[in-house]
Amino acid sequence: MDGFAMGGYGAYVWSCFALTFVIIVFSDWRARLRQKRVYRDIEVRLKALEDRE
Amino acid sequence: MWKWFHKLASPPHFYRISAILAPWLLVPGLILIGYGVYFGLFVVPMDYQQGDAFRIIYVHVPSAYLSMMAYMIMAISGGIGLIWRIKLSHAVAAAAAPLGAAFTFLALCTGSIWGRPMWGTWWEWGDPRMMSELILLFLYFGYMALRSAIDETTKADKASAVLALVGIVNVVIVHFSVEWWSSLHQGQTLMRKGGPGMDAEMLYPLLANILGFTLLFGSLLLRRIRTEVLFRERRTRWVREMILSPQGGA
Repeated sequence: MDGFAMGGYGAYVWSCFALTFVIIVFSDWRARLRQKRVYRDIEVRLKALEDRE
Repeated sequence: MWKWFHKLASPPHFYRISAILAPWLLVPGLILIGYGVYFGLFVVPMDYQQGDAFRIIYVHVPSAYLSMMAYMIMAISGGIGLIWRIKLSHAVAAAAAPLGAAFTFLALCTGSIWGRPMWGTWWEWGDPRMMSELILLFLYFGYMALRSAIDETTKADKASAVLALVGIVNVVIVHFSVEWWSSLHQGQTLMRKGGPGMDAEMLYPLLANILGFTLLFGSLLLRRIRTEVLFRERRTRWVREMILSPQGGA
């Protein structure tokens, strides 16, 4: 437990590392989400065009 | 060399190459971060002045460095797009902005959290390093707002590239602020005359994290550029062929 307390600075240190993890995961998730959306939108549009042709 | 560069700048070629390259950046990046975080948190001894609070350096410095690097990528790509009219470079600039904003936000938050036990305050409005970093975050927000406010992509590219180029001045200020003015923030730790001001035992995990974060950033950036390229090229023949092919292309 002492290792986690970090001499009284544990809350500061762990919150920084946790925040870093959250922001990196969030950035990756957002990027993947947008990639999927853009791809799907183009796919839907192209398939609609193909059906019309 | 130029032939290779022109080939890489071609959107379909870049789209294919980046899919191969991204995991090669991500995996070594995550390994280096794993090493840096583990040693930074559990192995290196505490600092004789700051105690264990100094361990925040292992996430604060890489994010602060990336906040500036992302801006330089954004501005230089925008500049290249303005001068040589390379379509891909505007896509790079647009993709770098949200990532740069995320790392700037992270640098500000971790710096603020570190400042509370060390300086006795979360924030100091008169501090040149903190204020210039905050202005950097606003520049990213301004850049993204400007892009989304202009419907026509070509116009948005040009206007945002000019804004990004003007904002380079602030990156120089962020970097040199601790040398030019008196600041609560400590001076340069790594890039100073006479070598880094850290013991090797503490330094190597930090360098591993800086390199690891950079590779991770590269991988995230490639993913965003691919999306941007796909969106911009959505009416082209190669996108049509790729998406309608049986294998797809995501």
